[in-house]
Amino acid sequence: MSGNVSAIGFFTRTRRAGRIDITDILSWLWLIGGTLAVLVPVLWAGMSSLKPEAEITRFPPTLLPRAAVQVQVQGFDKPLSLWNMTVDGETREMAMVRRIGLKAQMVDPDKPGKPVSVDTKSISPVQRLTVATENYTDPLTRFSFLTFLKNSVFVTFVATLLTLIVNALAAFALSKYRFRGDKAIFVLIISTLMIPLTVVMVPAYLVIVGVGLVDNLWGVIIPTVASPTGVFLLRQYMLTIPDELIEAARVDAASEFRIFWRIVLPLTAPALAVLAIFSVLWRWNDFLWPLIVLSSRENFTLQVGLNAFQGEFSVQWHYILAMTFLSLIPVTLVFLFLQRYITTGIAGTGMK
Amino acid sequence: MARATGLADRALDLVMALFEAPINAVERLIGKGRMPYLFLAPNLVLFGIFTFLPIAIAIGYAFTGGTELLISHRPFVGLENFRKLLTCDSYLVPGSCEESLFWTAIWNTLWFVGFNVAATLLVALVTALILNRAIAARGFFRAMFFYPVLLSPVVIGLIWKWFLDRNGLLNVFLQMLGVPPEIFLLDVGWSRFFVVVVSVWFHMGFYTLILLAGLQAIPKDLYEAAAIDAATPSRTLFRITLPLLGPNLLVVLILLMIRSVQIFDEAWVLTNGGGPGTANTFLVQYIYQMAFAGDLRLFGLASAASVLMGLVLLVLTLVQLRLGKKAES
Repeated sequence: MSGNVSAIGFFTRTRRAGRIDITDILSWLWLIGGTLAVLVPVLWAGMSSLKPEAEITRFPPTLLPRAAVQVQVQGFDKPLSLWNMTVDGETREMAMVRRIGLKAQMVDPDKPGKPVSVDTKSISPVQRLTVATENYTDPLTRFSFLTFLKNSVFVTFVATLLTLIVNALAAFALSKYRFRGDKAIFVLIISTLMIPLTVVMVPAYLVIVGVGLVDNLWGVIIPTVASPTGVFLLRQYMLTIPDELIEAARVDAASEFRIFWRIVLPLTAPALAVLAIFSVLWRWNDFLWPLIVLSSRENFTLQVGLNAFQGEFSVQWHYILAMTFLSLIPVTLVFLFLQRYITTGIAGTGMK
Repeated sequence: MARATGLADRALDLVMALFEAPINAVERLIGKGRMPYLFLAPNLVLFGIFTFLPIAIAIGYAFTGGTELLISHRPFVGLENFRKLLTCDSYLVPGSCEESLFWTAIWNTLWFVGFNVAATLLVALVTALILNRAIAARGFFRAMFFYPVLLSPVVIGLIWKWFLDRNGLLNVFLQMLGVPPEIFLLDVGWSRFFVVVVSVWFHMGFYTLILLAGLQAIPKDLYEAAAIDAATPSRTLFRITLPLLGPNLLVVLILLMIRSVQIFDEAWVLTNGGGPGTANTFLVQYIYQMAFAGDLRLFGLASAASVLMGLVLLVLTLVQLRLGKKAES
C-alpha cells in the first residue's frame, strides 16, 4: 500500500467512492492553502483600508478597524481620549488630560474634578469598532481620484468599442472573402503578436509625439485598438458562419457593409463578448503605456494615478489602500459575473 | 451579461448606421471585389503606424546619438550604442561594463526569469493536476486561483507592498512565531524573493488554465486501459499524462519565458522603482529609464537595448510557434 501514498500517486489517483485517502487530504491542503494565499493579501488590504490613519500603522495591528474613543469633558476645550484604568480592582473609563513622561493625568469624564496622576503602563486606550469612511470619501473629494476614474472609464470604454469595430471588420474581410494577398495579410497581422509593447515603446512614443497625441487620452487609446488577438479570435469564430447566409443576402442586393453588421456581426456576438471582456480588462489595467504617454495629472488614468499617489504619500497608506480597493471593485465584479467567459476564452485562444 | 451585450449592440448599431451610407457609396465606386481591402484598412493602418513603423524607427534610432527627438537632428553614430551596451571586461561582473546598469538589469532579469519560470511552472502544473482530479468544488478553486490574473499590476504591487510592510501581516505572523520583524522590501535577498513570489501569485492561474485544458484533452480511455493493466500511479503519470501534456508544457514554458523577460509593472510598483538600489532593476525598466525617466532622454541607447531584447523575444516566439504547430499535429 505504501506506493499509494507516494507523491506521484497523489496526482494520478482518482477518487474512489466512500474512501478518503492521504492524496485527497494533500489535494485539499494544497487547494485551501492556495485559496488562502490568494485571498489573505487582498482581504488584509481591504480591512486595512477601513482603518483610521492613526490605527493603520499600529503594530501588532488589530484585525478589525478600531479607533480610540474621544470624549468631550466639561472644563476642557479639546476632546480628550478615553482610557481604561484600574482603580481598587475596578476598571473605569477615564479621560486623559495630559501625559508627562511615564505619568498621565486622568479625570473622570462624568465628574471632572482634580486630575489624578497614574502610571501610563497601567492604562490602555478605549477602542470601539470604527470604519474610517473618510479614507474613501477624502480621495473622492480632495484629490483627483474622480478625474483618474473618469479618464480610466473613458479610455476603457472608447478603446473597447473601437477594438470591437476595427478588429471585427478585419476579421470579416479575412474570413468571408478571397482576395489577392489575403493569406499574407493574415500572417502579417498575426505576426504582430511577436512584437510586444516593451520592445516598441520607445519608438511608439516617438510616433505619438509625431502625431501630436502626447499627454492625451487618445494617445493611450489609439495604439491599442488594432489587436492581433482580437482579429484571430473573431476570424476563427466567423469562419464557422455558413457562407450561404451571405450569398442569400447578396441575392437580396444587400451591400457588403450591411451584410457585415446585419448578418455577420450579430452571429459573432459570443466571440465579440469575449473580446470585449478581454479589452476591458486590458485597458483598465494598462500601466506602462499610459505612464509613458500621459504626463499631466488631469490626464492620468487610475493605475498611473495610484502609482503617483504612492510616490507622494509614501506613508499615507490609509488613502492608498482605499483607492487601491476602489479600483479593484470593477475587475472583481467582472470576475464574479463573467469568469466563465474569460476562462473559456483563454482556453480557446491561449492568449490573454 | 445579456443587458451588457444588448447595450454594446445598440452602441454599435448607432455607429454602424452613421457609417453605412458613405461606405455603400465607396462600394459603388470601387466594386464589391475590393471591399475586403476597405474593411482591412483601419486595422492595417493602425498596425502600420503603431507597430511596423516603430520597429523601423527603433532600428533607425539605435544607430543615432544625442538627446534630440527628431531623427533629422540626431547624429549618426553607427554601432556606438551597441558597442557601449556590449563593452565589458567580464560579462559576469556588471561593474566592469561600460554601461553597468544595463548588465545589472540583464543579470537581474536572467535570475528572475530562471526562478520565476521554474516556480510558476511547478505551481501551475501541480495545481492543474490536482484540479484535473475528481475533486469537489473544482470550479470554485479554479476561479480562486484565476482571480489575481485579472487584477492590475499596480494594484497587486500595492497590495503586496502593504502585506510585506514593516507593520504588515507577514510580520504579524512572524512575531507570533517569535521571529523579529523584517523590512522585506529593503533587503536585497528578500525583495528579489518576493518579486518572484508576487509574480507567481499573479500569473500562475493563467498557466494553470492552459495546462488544465491540455490535461482534459487527454483521452479518458487511456487511463481506463492503464487501470485495467494495473499500472502504478507513477507509471501512469510518467507514461501517459506527462508525455501527452508535453507539447502543452513546452508552449507554456516558452510563453512564460517571453512574459518573464518583460517583467516591469508589478515589480516597479512593489520595489519602488527597482530597489533596494538596483537589486530589482530589470531590462524593461532600464529601457524606460534611459528613454523617459532620466535627466537626459537617451532614445538611441534605449532603442539599441530594445532591439537587443526584441531579438531575444523573436527567437523565443519562433520556437514557441514551431512547438505550437507540433502540439497541434
